Parts: sequence; C-alpha cells; structure tokens
Amino acid sequence: MSKEKIKVVISKVGLDGHDRGAKVVASLLREAGMEVVYLGMYQTPESIIKAAIDEDVDVIGVSYLSGEHLVFTPLIVEEMKKKGLDDVLFVAGGSFPPEDIPAMKAMGIDEVFRGGSLTEGFVSYIQKHVGQKGAE
Amino acid sequence: MSIRKSLNPEELVEKLLSGDRRAAARLITLIEDQSVQANGMMKKIFPHTGRSTIIGLTGSGGSGKSTLIDHLIGRFRTMGKKVGVVAVDPSSPFSGGALLGDRIRFQSHATDDGVFIRSMASRGYLGGLARGTTDVVRVMEAMGNDVILIETLGAGQDEIDIIHLAQTCLLILTPGMGDDIQAMKAGIMEIADVIVLNKADLDKANLCQSSLETIIHYGMDKKKGWIPRVVPTIAFASKSTDIRGMEELVQAIMDHQAYLHETRKIDDVRNKRIEQELGLVFKDEVEKVVFAGIKGTGKKREYIESIRAGKTDPYSVVKEVLSTFLRV
Repeated sequence: MSKEKIKVVISKVGLDGHDRGAKVVASLLREAGMEVVYLGMYQTPESIIKAAIDEDVDVIGVSYLSGEHLVFTPLIVEEMKKKGLDDVLFVAGGSFPPEDIPAMKAMGIDEVFRGGSLTEGFVSYIQKHVGQKGAE
Repeated sequence: MSIRKSLNPEELVEKLLSGDRRAAARLITLIEDQSVQANGMMKKIFPHTGRSTIIGLTGSGGSGKSTLIDHLIGRFRTMGKKVGVVAVDPSSPFSGGALLGDRIRFQSHATDDGVFIRSMASRGYLGGLARGTTDVVRVMEAMGNDVILIETLGAGQDEIDIIHLAQTCLLILTPGMGDDIQAMKAGIMEIADVIVLNKADLDKANLCQSSLETIIHYGMDKKKGWIPRVVPTIAFASKSTDIRGMEELVQAIMDHQAYLHETRKIDDVRNKRIEQELGLVFKDEVEKVVFAGIKGTGKKREYIESIRAGKTDPYSVVKEVLSTFLRV
C-alpha cells in the first residue's frame, strides 16, 4: 500500500534554538513535492512522535545543531518503538562529528545528513526508502 | 505488525471507534489519497457520527487562526471535552508539495492525548478546505471527539466551503485590512457567526470594531435571526497576562451553539452539511464511472483533437460521454 504523497515531519528537539537549517530542509522537501509538517523548536521525543502518529507520516526528520544528537537519538528511537512506528524512517541532519555517525546508526537512526549534504542526496534517499522499512 | 501493512478495513474501523489514533490517522490518509477502500470504511463510520460540535475558523493567512485554535483547545479541554483539529494549508501548484505549518502554533497541547490534530494539504482543491475534509471530520467524530475545530487555509474573499461543514463559523480579521466597503462585500463576511477582531492591540482596532458592528447592523443578517458578534482578541502576546478576549470568544461560540439548538436551526445546519456531502460523493462517483469507462480507450485524446480541429465542442463531448457511460 503506497501512499500518494510522501509526508514528512521536520522538527528541532530540546533547547536547540537554531532553526534555519530545518526551515531550509522543509522548504526543499516541499519543492520536491512532499507534504511537510513543520514542528519548529523545543520539541520533545514525545511531542514529535505524537505528531508523527496523528499526521501518519512516512518520515521523521530531526535537526541537531547543539551537540545533543547522542542524547536525543536513542530517546526518539525508543519512543518510536514504544508507539509501534516500525515502518517510519528516522533521519537526522545538522552539525555533529562524523565519528559519531556509527554510534547514531547503532542507536537505530536510519540515515544522517551532515551540513553540506546535497539536496538530491536526502531527497532521493527519502524517495527510495519510504515504504521499505519494516517491509522486509 | 504495523497498522499500515495490516490494512484490514474492518479492523481499522473497529479500532477507530474505540478511539485509536493510529487507526484514525491511517484512515485519514486513505481519504486524502482517495483510496478505493475509503468509501467502504466511510459507510461503516457514518452511523457513529453527527453528534459533535463543529466550529470553523477562516480568515487571511497570518490573521491568527492557528494561535486562536491553540487557546480554544485549552478552553474546551478544561471543560473535559475531547478535541479534534483539522488544519488545512495550501499545496504548491507547481511541485505539489506543501508546508504544513499550523501545528507549530498548537504547542500547548503537543502531548495531550485528548487532542487529535491533523494537518491537510489542499492538493489543488479550491474553496478553502482540502478535498476530503468532510470525511475527515466524520472520522474525527467517530473517534469520539466532542468538539472539532476546522481551520481553513488562509482564505480571501470567496473561500467559503467551511459554511457547509461547520455549525459555528468564526471569521478572523485584524485591524488595517481595508475600509468598510471591503467588509460590505459579499462572500466571506456573510458567513461569519462570530467575527473575531484579532490583534486588537494594533492601531485603530476600536475604529475597526465599531465599523464592523455598524455594517452588521446595516441589516445583512437580520433574516438569520442570529446577529453576528464582534469579539476583539489578543491571541498572542509576549506576556501571557496580556492575552485578551478568550473568555468572550468561547462565550460567543457557546451562545451561538445554544441559539442553534434552541431554535432547532441545528437541524438545518446538519442537513446542509449532508447535502454538501451527498453532492461531493455523487460527483466523485460519476467521475469515477466515466473515467473508468474511458480509460485506456484513447478516446480522451480523440475528443481533445476533434475539439481542437473545430469538429466538436466540450459540451457535445460531455453529453456523448455521459450518455454512453451513465445510460441516463
């Protein structure tokens, strides 16, 4: 059962107050024909997951710019598991050391895009992987 | 097993009726996508609907609809009511994408399980709502929400579909949006049961309020029996103690609801909603029958070519198509 439109929730989490990147990504995904629910700043894993459930999204995108990526990633993954979102992609973007990426993936994030990533990169990643997760 | 993969219609409806939010969310997606399964499910849902209070909010982009909804959710939650919200934003006519940004204003209720919020992209549908909004409201009713708030996309002068769906219509205006002639024009001004003059701390708010009240008393609504009320509000302020008018706004909504019930006008409003739904479903089904008949036959192209060549015209073509496929 594929959906007509890819729906994404884009959010900041915690006290991170830098939302320029998240807004740019939200606009680019809109340009790519997706429906983007923009949550903005100061979200919690609980509020992000509740929005993801109500909105029936295919992708959860979180922007990390304040060094809390290793704190929030496992909390979000845990909340997703708790609520049964096993078929929703979880991706992150922003600024974090490349050496943290393996740890983030081990925590259960599906893909990460650091600052400087090309638009085509994350757009095509999403297009390719939506509906795949949890299917195998 | 996730709900998306295990798409058993019966099960989904059953879960919805027990208030399951994932089932509701999934069903709404099916409606948005005009899935073939949606119709069958709507049949099962329909008997469980029709009892909720439905309130519509319309007005230009940036007038404060979402922020007002945030306050209204709070008020209704304090009364112990479950609240559903449908917030429509426009789709891009170019990319088909949409930025759904209303949720960012509903933050006070981000983790309240008694509140179900769904953003919808208009997907090219005109009238200020999204195509499946009528069905989405039914889903929210079946889910057990007592109050449903519908936010139109930033509407201008004629996006008035909301009147067919909502029992109480709020029009959100702000000071400085034009003179009294703007307010006297037909269309959106006429549909308001309550006119909210938001950002009432702005310059000339008092003047704006009295000119709106004057226009109302010119007699545009005397027939209706309910005289629209102008409620000045300040929905956003850096200090929460500076927020104004929420009590009065809720009172105006309750008064209008009481009026509808006391005069039995609520039945007219409900009938109007059903009439609208009937029209929509009818149009959809006719379209489906016709398109199914014509699909893959190459007929459409043929028609277009012959219209261009001047051999026929759209009116004759439609008549021919209808008589072939509908057997009327």
